Amino acid sequence: MASPAISLSAANYVRPLAHLLCALPLVWLGSQAALDLLGANPVEAGIRFLGDWALRILMVGLAVTPVRLMTGWSGVAPYRRMLGLWGFAYAMLHVSAYVVLDQFFDWQNIGHEILKHKFITVGMAATIFLLPLAVTSTKGMIKRLGGQAWRRLHTLVYLAVPLAALHYVWMVKAGIIQPLTYLAITLLLLGCRAVYARLR
Amino acid sequence: MLIRKPSDLKSSEITPRGHYLSRRQMIASAAMAGLLPGALLADPLANVAKSTYTVEDAPTLLKDVTTYNNFYEFGLSKDDPSRNAPGRLKTRPWTIKVDGECNKPATLDIDQFIKDSHLEDRIYRHRCVEAWSMVIPWVGVPLADWLKRFEPTSKAKYVAFTTLNDPSQMPGLRSLSSFSWPYREGLRIDEAMNPLTLLAVGLYGETLLPQNGAPVRLVVPWKYGFKGIKSIVAISFVESQPRTLWNNAAPDEYGFYSNVNPTVDHPRWSQAKEHRIGEFGRRPTLMFNGYGDQVASLYSGMDLQRNF
Repeated sequence: MASPAISLSAANYVRPLAHLLCALPLVWLGSQAALDLLGANPVEAGIRFLGDWALRILMVGLAVTPVRLMTGWSGVAPYRRMLGLWGFAYAMLHVSAYVVLDQFFDWQNIGHEILKHKFITVGMAATIFLLPLAVTSTKGMIKRLGGQAWRRLHTLVYLAVPLAALHYVWMVKAGIIQPLTYLAITLLLLGCRAVYARLR
Repeated sequence: MLIRKPSDLKSSEITPRGHYLSRRQMIASAAMAGLLPGALLADPLANVAKSTYTVEDAPTLLKDVTTYNNFYEFGLSKDDPSRNAPGRLKTRPWTIKVDGECNKPATLDIDQFIKDSHLEDRIYRHRCVEAWSMVIPWVGVPLADWLKRFEPTSKAKYVAFTTLNDPSQMPGLRSLSSFSWPYREGLRIDEAMNPLTLLAVGLYGETLLPQNGAPVRLVVPWKYGFKGIKSIVAISFVESQPRTLWNNAAPDEYGFYSNVNPTVDHPRWSQAKEHRIGEFGRRPTLMFNGYGDQVASLYSGMDLQRNF
């Protein structure tokens, strides 16, 4: 068993490192955009990149609890919130880039897309479901809502992430294997919870 | 402007075939090794006449036209064709087999075809079904002029086109095995004979690059880009509507006609607007991609919502 002093010092640099890892794709995207290396359609490339990383980070966030349950290692638990917030940040940037750079605030067309095109519908739904979770992510909000209500509210993430994966599956014209893999992993991570809940 | 016919050319002005082939080979292997950008693979085309079939829109940068496109035989991403096609796709020797309902079926060599054709520069709008667009200066010959030589019979109701199907040159044929390869496309005979329909052999005054469908491809500017079949090896006059790859893959999403139509959405996204490469925001998509004057009559009386 590690002594408390050692695990404390480990946590001291693991946390900033985790933040840095989550920020890295954004730094990469910024530098590629600055150097004009995003290709002929930089807006599309940027939007897809942000969406990819939103989904990936949210999926890693969903993996925290299964890892804890399987390994009994509770040290990973605090990273759930961090990953959730980073995933949300990427999702917001993804949606903002769509609204500003792709649609240029054409609200009428955006409304049409949300209502008529299911991949946009589920993508927007996923983002909207994440919004209250980000807002209530502080310690103060947990206290104000009370643990049980807060936990119930945050089960929305079990809906938001598979919807985000479905958004990806429905978006692609071909090459459905990668989005389907993401969706399968997401469902697996949710399935783990159900299995553990039954075993308990 | 004096347009020289091939017969005016002195043989001394023609680069011997062996010379440019070895030049190509050298450049191709350099491009493969990452030493040269793919654009240097192109050769200038001679005797190209201006055409009135040209739009005023500013042409999309050559760099963008040659690095951002779909050619699934070389991978799914838009930058896959420019990475994977140069050096892999062998565009010489190349023949096009023409057969079916015609009196004079033949197999033609591509260089002979280029030599015998009155090439034209035509700047066309290009609208992809994915809602992005470009403006592309093609070099080519009206398909109609060329097809007439084979004397299609009255049974020739449609024209079917086929792309090269060689997994050793085209890695996508193996990795994307869910598609019913080879790539096939088709036009109704009157669409094929419309003066806008172009058989393109060049881009920006030079020969087509492998990623853009070298050595010869179809350009149908009032239809979505995927109708413009690339690297054609066979053309056939047929009596019934031919099967096409995208229509086979998803008949509810990609119709046989696939005319650019802002009022018929793709089931999964809107076609009302398009992102013009090089611009910000989106511009409205025009009916028949703005070529209604030339082609709307082809579809008079047809329900274009159903025949999308």
